[in-house]
Amino acid sequence: MSRATTPLVYVVLVLLWETSVRYLHVPTWILPPPSLIVTTAMNWAPDLAYNSWITIEETVIGFILGLILSLPLAIAIAFTVVLRRILYPILLALQSVPKVALAPLVILWLGIGTAPKIVIVVLVSFFPILVNVVAGLEAVPRPMLDLMHSLKAPEPVIFRRLRVPFAMPYLFTGCKIAITFAVIGAVIGEFVAAQEGLGYTILISTAQSLTPLAFAAIFLLTIISIVFFYIIEFVERRLVTWHL
Amino acid sequence: MMASERAIGIDTSAGEKKKNPLHGIDQPVIELLDVTKSFGTVKALGPINLAIANATFVSIVGPSGCGKSTLLRLIGGLDRPTIGRLERYGAEIDGPSRDVSIVFQDHVLFPWASVLDNVMLPADVISLPRAQALERARWLLELTGLKDFADHKPHMLSGGMKQRAAFCRALLSDPQILLLDEPFGALDALTREELSLELSRLWQSLARTAILITHDIDEAILLGDRLIVMSERPGAILLDMEVDLPRPRDIDTEKSQRFLEIKQMARNLIFMRRQA
Repeated sequence: MSRATTPLVYVVLVLLWETSVRYLHVPTWILPPPSLIVTTAMNWAPDLAYNSWITIEETVIGFILGLILSLPLAIAIAFTVVLRRILYPILLALQSVPKVALAPLVILWLGIGTAPKIVIVVLVSFFPILVNVVAGLEAVPRPMLDLMHSLKAPEPVIFRRLRVPFAMPYLFTGCKIAITFAVIGAVIGEFVAAQEGLGYTILISTAQSLTPLAFAAIFLLTIISIVFFYIIEFVERRLVTWHL
Repeated sequence: MMASERAIGIDTSAGEKKKNPLHGIDQPVIELLDVTKSFGTVKALGPINLAIANATFVSIVGPSGCGKSTLLRLIGGLDRPTIGRLERYGAEIDGPSRDVSIVFQDHVLFPWASVLDNVMLPADVISLPRAQALERARWLLELTGLKDFADHKPHMLSGGMKQRAAFCRALLSDPQILLLDEPFGALDALTREELSLELSRLWQSLARTAILITHDIDEAILLGDRLIVMSERPGAILLDMEVDLPRPRDIDTEKSQRFLEIKQMARNLIFMRRQA
């Protein structure tokens, strides 16, 4: 397999899509050919760019808030039995509720501005980070703890010098899961009630049979999701340069 | 290059060295009195009575699962005995001490830190004077042939080099007592032999008390002034003898008549016990 194989397969698939849709005379409002999606995207470029920006904003703010919220919670849960017993079931219950079901309530409470979307993003993104960080803080191998204890290291030192660096890969795993969830969360929020954002674009364009525009928005969402994922992976490669 | 030429001591006495003033020079450094350790209803160890003299190298050999690692954890203060009493310098052992360093079976180097930072860990944790500790760390790395690897991450090192780094870390605080929990257990036979002879030389120049746990009889005899053979669970002392082999020891020591005699004795004891 040469390096060119993967892109080649994609090109063939796109061409197959283009020709079969044209050849079979599929109506464009059901399945537009890729060429039409591209030309539509170019015609609507300023509009798509603006709505992308809205969705990106909601995703990033919500994700960062989720991260800020989950870290102290993870530490509290990992180190205090009482908090673990009280908080974990609540968080687990919260996680089990489909966020789509919560979205209308959040909108009801917070209105149709940016705030409810951010809240939904926080709800979907903070749990994967929390669970992974708790796991990382607790997965420190026994011999490493023995070493620290044999040096009479106080718990804050063990935390700083051992648990935190050890949990870093776990944190990044959580973040990578969370960022893809965060994009979905923003779109869910926009589906329920919004006047801007890519979720809103999809909703409006399908309602008006502007299917190529909906496809363009979907592709943009996918690209946003992938780019975020790789940004986190890039940061991870920079910070976590070790292997066990 | 030898340790005796240039030993940089680090004074830890300000911190902790709570030596009993009544404790004489001939009294044991470590003493175990009727020590038993059980895990739930399973008796893992004991009763053990043992006194270890200053600046001796004690090798404790026994079959796997005989509780020898448990014994070392008790001496290191990482665990408490179920029954009995352990003393260090005549005072009860109630936890780890900065006089005691442990070398674990797996090097236990932190993979995110450089070799030098790993060796410096004790200094950072117990806040030794940094400049002095750094000088000693560099000296130890040079002594063990790791000078050029100070800035490398542990995963770039071979198994033997990792364990050498672990020894450097254990020696950084210049401990009075060195506890070695199967330190060569994870290494291949050749590296094992090389490293144990290196340790033998190093230890001789340091003149500290060392307790080695191993399941390798050759290694135990080669390194020890004193050989203790333990039974299967619950671990008890089967044999406790002086290893009257001349020092410095080398590869040829293992071929000497006396070495083979001691080895035969230890093996027979473990083997007979199993048949019974």
